[in-house]
Amino acid sequence: MRIGVTVFPGSNCDRDALYAVERLGAEPVELWHADPDLKGVDAVIVPGGFSYGDYLRPGAIARFARVMGPLERFAEEGGPVIGVCNGFQVLTEAHLLPGALLRNTSMRFVCDRVRVRVETNATPWTAALAPGDELTLPVAHNEGNFFADPETLARLEDEERVVLRYLENPNGSANDIAGVCNEGRNVVGVMPHPERVSDPALGSDEGLRLLRSVLVGAGV
Amino acid sequence: MGRPPNFLELSLFSVMWSEHCGYKNSRPLLKRFPNEGRRVLQGPGENAGVVSLGDGWALAFKMESHNHPSAVEPYEGAATGVGGIIRDILAMGARPVALLDSLRFGPLDEERNRYLFREVVRGIGGYGNAVGVPTVGGEVEFAAAYSGNPLVNAMCVGLIRQESLVRSRATGEGNLVVLLGSKTGRDGIHGATFASDELSEESESKRSNVQVGDPFCEKMLIECCLKLLDEDLLVSLQDLGAAGLTSSASEMAASGGVGIEIETERVPLREGGMEPWEVMISESQERMLAVVEPEKAEAVLEMAERYELVGAVVGRVAGHGDLRVLHDGEVVGTVPAEHLADAPVYEREVVRPAYLDEIPGLDLDTLPEPEDYNEVLLEMLAHPNLCSRRSIYGQYDHEVGTDTVVVPGADAAVMRIKGTTLGFALTTDGRGRHCYLDPRGGGAATVAEAYRNLSCVGAEPVAVTDCLNFGSPEKPDGYYQLSECIEGMARACEVFQTPVVSGNVSLFNETDRGAVYPTPTVGMVGVFEDVNRHATPGFKREGDMVILVGEPIGEARSPSLDGSEYLEIVHGKVAGIPPKPDLLAEKKYADLIRTFVTSGIVDTVHDLAGGGEFLALAEMVLAGGIGFEYGGEVERGELLYGGRGDAGLFGERGACFLVAVPESRWDDLQDALVGAAYDFIGYTGGDRFKAYDLIDLSLTELRHAYERDLFERHAPEGGHIG
Repeated sequence: MRIGVTVFPGSNCDRDALYAVERLGAEPVELWHADPDLKGVDAVIVPGGFSYGDYLRPGAIARFARVMGPLERFAEEGGPVIGVCNGFQVLTEAHLLPGALLRNTSMRFVCDRVRVRVETNATPWTAALAPGDELTLPVAHNEGNFFADPETLARLEDEERVVLRYLENPNGSANDIAGVCNEGRNVVGVMPHPERVSDPALGSDEGLRLLRSVLVGAGV
Repeated sequence: MGRPPNFLELSLFSVMWSEHCGYKNSRPLLKRFPNEGRRVLQGPGENAGVVSLGDGWALAFKMESHNHPSAVEPYEGAATGVGGIIRDILAMGARPVALLDSLRFGPLDEERNRYLFREVVRGIGGYGNAVGVPTVGGEVEFAAAYSGNPLVNAMCVGLIRQESLVRSRATGEGNLVVLLGSKTGRDGIHGATFASDELSEESESKRSNVQVGDPFCEKMLIECCLKLLDEDLLVSLQDLGAAGLTSSASEMAASGGVGIEIETERVPLREGGMEPWEVMISESQERMLAVVEPEKAEAVLEMAERYELVGAVVGRVAGHGDLRVLHDGEVVGTVPAEHLADAPVYEREVVRPAYLDEIPGLDLDTLPEPEDYNEVLLEMLAHPNLCSRRSIYGQYDHEVGTDTVVVPGADAAVMRIKGTTLGFALTTDGRGRHCYLDPRGGGAATVAEAYRNLSCVGAEPVAVTDCLNFGSPEKPDGYYQLSECIEGMARACEVFQTPVVSGNVSLFNETDRGAVYPTPTVGMVGVFEDVNRHATPGFKREGDMVILVGEPIGEARSPSLDGSEYLEIVHGKVAGIPPKPDLLAEKKYADLIRTFVTSGIVDTVHDLAGGGEFLALAEMVLAGGIGFEYGGEVERGELLYGGRGDAGLFGERGACFLVAVPESRWDDLQDALVGAAYDFIGYTGGDRFKAYDLIDLSLTELRHAYERDLFERHAPEGGHIG
């Protein structure tokens, strides 16, 4: 399986994501922001960082990058896409995911490890987990406070599109939401960084449990 | 030069001969530092020092101060301090992989100090988080001596294959000089000169001397330069820091023994109407200067474009040995490069300051002994100098890059090298109050603390970078402190065989309230052959035996309250001279502790530092979330040193460590301890910290005191609490 990782100017978790893909045993493929296509990958990770310096709003400029055209088509056709942290912000700006990510209520950057609960395994990125599973994942962000209007929140809950939920809310997110998916359930956005816990040498590989789902789903 | 310099030339000298760039007051003293060693690949004189890690890997590292800019514009001052030190590492060709920050502020009961503290931390995070280099360690301390003149020292560490190291020397007459990164503006003009003066009311008006950082551009600059080096497109590389294009070009020329001609009209400018002298000394951030062979210039400029950077050929390497500035084809200034790089040296007389003879001695008999040691311990744990640093490092991304093995909160940060078992450890340490009370002893103790911290995690300390933060060398006190601290540090570095391979000097740290404490800060790096074998301070299991390893109490190395944290926090006194560090004992015990870790016997270690044995024990309880009960072979009476609980519990001593092991490893540890002095002091377990009738506190109580948010609006003030 070939998994692409988009690289925007200012992405800074791209190398970590490529490394995690390698740890999964899949083939990592770098997708440069100016590339005209996705090089035939089977899944895409939009990694964290500060694309375009987070100028204007996190993710607001990246959504206009050339690679986003083919990425949007890939998503519409049901291709598995996960946005992590800044990648989540990019996907909401691109309207591939609902809601928006506001400043943390503490008004501070937060770097910590938090416990989250898996709420659904009906996505390609959580298929290998069970609802109710708990993971401890790193967070590192300034704007991770998930916001959506009450109707959207209600719909997300009704349709079981909340993918991860914080057991300790680090940023003030509505309904303790740490991750959501689109209607088609193939596009997922999460604020925690699964790629950062992909190696027992760093004390945990719980993130790989999540990312591995995409291989399981594809029958790899 | 044989003629009076014109205005532009004078501007070049004015920045290059500032203390910040020219080290005119400190150079003769710096010679005292040892700078050679088995692992040293590059000592002082380049953008950063470099040591070998094994298997062809090398670490480039350096620490630098940004005190003056941070005093007037704390966010940008701190942010550009981080940006600047990253570029020093990049200039060696290394990928920056870790940042640390050594910070000092006045007490938090002053609004101005709270503002400086908050904004400096925000600035470090704002830059470091965005640029994608993890901030893995550092330290912070509060004392009245730093009010209005904070110390902001940033250290960066970069990883590189030994054969890929680049140097800054310009070579090859006819080669082109390419400027990469941001456009050049009027920001930071005369920043280096500003940084070499005392701070005053007027300094506020020098905000425009402080540069503005753009971490996004820096991130692009890192990726672009590494790619250019990877594709072998550069002859040499240099960052633009203090004194901008002038220092970069003249240093590249001087070290290569060549000349460089800069055509100022070819420098991409942020604003119109800039004079050639302004272009030459602008300190606009996020710029690098490269020497490029003419046939590769196009490829270099294309690469810059790919990374959305400005790239321009701005000059060429010449045979004449001058830094020559041209504007529209006309020579507007020409100065021999080596003159610029060779500032005059002031040797001053070293005179012992009178204050050292007036430091009040500590007479324990006049010091009331506390009645309730629980209260004392809680007060100390809650003090800004000893409480948890989580509210600071929680604002820094310390994991990006996925190489951080031990995150902030331990004695040292531990990093790995992917695809190998190799690793390295990093620490920064400073002891301003100690250096004030005894400059030579404090200088040595600073290095000893760093040596202990690396040994605690199990790394072999190999080399040092430093920032020498002092007051004015033009005053006898300042010069004496500088000279004596250097002597103490140098001796310690010799004993520990940790040469000083890079560093920086920040003098004139004075306000109308006086000078800062003399505060040399040390950044030390250590290596692991097997990074999986490391230790951290937190207790890990119930029922572990806890052993205090160090020379026996009652000998010359007894715990002392002289100049201690306890004395200042609980009694509001700065008095007495801390005991002279015993460097041989420090080395003996630190080296021994390290063997416990590398042989896999021990995974839990902490050293005794500020606050003494009981602070260290409380930290181990807090870090592990497991309690501890004093008992073992140390009787209650032995704990009361000289009959006093405070001296025994909170007295400070060097060369002393705490380790915890399961009973199943006790035999192995005893074998390893042959020839060393040690005491078995108790078992881990439960959720309380207890010691006879002296201490009995629950984890919850300890946490409540220790886990303070230092940014809370109504934080208890420095000094006394409650």
